[in-house]
Amino acid sequence: MSGRTDKVMTPEEVVGQLRSGMTLGIGGWGSRRKPMALVRALLRSEITDLTVISYGGPDVGLLAAAGRIRRLVAPFATLDSIPLEPHFRAARERAAFTLTELDEAMFMWGLHAAANRLPFLPVRAGLGSDVMRVNPELRTVTSPYDDGEELVAVPALRMDAALVHLNRADRLGNAQYLGPDPYFDDLFCEAADAAYVSCEQLVETAELAKSGPPQSLLVSRHSVTGVVETPNGAHFTSCVPDHDRDEAFQKLYAATPWDEFSARFLSGSSEHDYQLAVRTWHEEQQ
Amino acid sequence: MTTTDTTTAPRTVSRAEYCVIACAEAWRDNGEVLASPMGLIPSFGARLAKRTFSPDLLLTDGEAMLVGLDGTAEGWLPYRRHLTMVTGGRRHVMMGAGQIDRFGNQNISCIGDWERPSRQLLGVRGAPVNTLNNPVSYWVPKHSKRVFVERVDMVSGVGYDRAEAAGVTRFHHLPRVVSDLGVFDFAGPGHSMRLASVHPGVTVEDVLAATGFEPAVTGEVPFTREPTAEELRLIREVIDPKGLRDREVRV
Repeated sequence: MSGRTDKVMTPEEVVGQLRSGMTLGIGGWGSRRKPMALVRALLRSEITDLTVISYGGPDVGLLAAAGRIRRLVAPFATLDSIPLEPHFRAARERAAFTLTELDEAMFMWGLHAAANRLPFLPVRAGLGSDVMRVNPELRTVTSPYDDGEELVAVPALRMDAALVHLNRADRLGNAQYLGPDPYFDDLFCEAADAAYVSCEQLVETAELAKSGPPQSLLVSRHSVTGVVETPNGAHFTSCVPDHDRDEAFQKLYAATPWDEFSARFLSGSSEHDYQLAVRTWHEEQQ
Repeated sequence: MTTTDTTTAPRTVSRAEYCVIACAEAWRDNGEVLASPMGLIPSFGARLAKRTFSPDLLLTDGEAMLVGLDGTAEGWLPYRRHLTMVTGGRRHVMMGAGQIDRFGNQNISCIGDWERPSRQLLGVRGAPVNTLNNPVSYWVPKHSKRVFVERVDMVSGVGYDRAEAAGVTRFHHLPRVVSDLGVFDFAGPGHSMRLASVHPGVTVEDVLAATGFEPAVTGEVPFTREPTAEELRLIREVIDPKGLRDREVRV
């Protein structure tokens, strides 16, 4: 380890590096492998006025319900097994934030553009749809080749900071996914000026190659600013194979008025308090 | 509806079973493409098609793997590669629709004014990229004037008129719309919706009364075809032995 940078931080230290008004990317997809412990730390702070870039799940729902989002860039928000995210819906129906609604592929190429320091990438998506109407700032480009096709120029989704959650990481910021889908977490890290990786388990570098094949080493340390060990940190979203989605708790989240949910589960002073409140709730259900 | 064929005694076919057949037919002669069914009955249809007349179809486990009918993994399809399958065109998706109009413009984003919707739905998801790149069919489990509308509030999936106006017809193709009442194609005037068949037990008048625009109706509208005895056995004993299909479509 000598001479190399130890990037281990606490959730509070991560949030200490964020500011109101920032553009924040959040990895995962829907209600899958969301960096929920970091989102909860954000909720315990005063940070607000955020532009959030996300394939939206309860990260979006929580931040929207707490009034922290000024602008959302997303192709959807869902809890997967519960198709519609209730707090995202409620916030949209009271026009609580500005939405930049993009198609899933447009969103992906926006991440690629940002990660590659390109101003935009062309996609065959969006044209003919109302995405162009509701995002009048979107521009088109014409292919310079013989086909002359008109395409949408998706602007780079560059972000001040990215938050992602993976299964394993070392202290330097190398991080590994052990589930079946990388989602776009590597792109989020590369598209951001600072990226914070939470993980189920912090391990020695040598352990990473033993836990999975080389291609599971998704995120490399050059694109990571901070590493946080947060066991069960994706709760209640899934983080397979470490844990499945907590379906019972997700149902509770979707069915409970925000103030009540927030008071019981999010009013503590740490991630530990949250995990304890969840355990207590589960014990009560037995 | 009671019919007979050469191999079995008379049997009653449920509406849900006609819907499975109508969905399966969407993937006939598709070859080696990914069948992406959204919803229960379309997924039963895709599996029926693969088990019978379209054996080369690819299926997913709903997560990140390409799988055979018995669940054997044969390939890796995380979201980023799934999007390549879309733009590469080797996919035929059957999506849902909160609203759909006569030219096949579809909305899953929100109802009402987009700035401040009366009902926020999912968001556009992949509908814009799907419709410009690979065949897109639709499944509507409850046919009504609220779904089949004159004009959708937020065009997510692109219909024929909008694709033509935007000059993006190169890979645009909407093969069919299946509902619990019947099947539509886009063989009406100007690529508008045409009633291709009604499910047995449904009349053309039933469909028209539940549709918020006037679809093209040409000549005698046929009934959706009968399942074969083997197809019925596969649906009932192999693909959906728990009868979940009858929960999505109850008639």
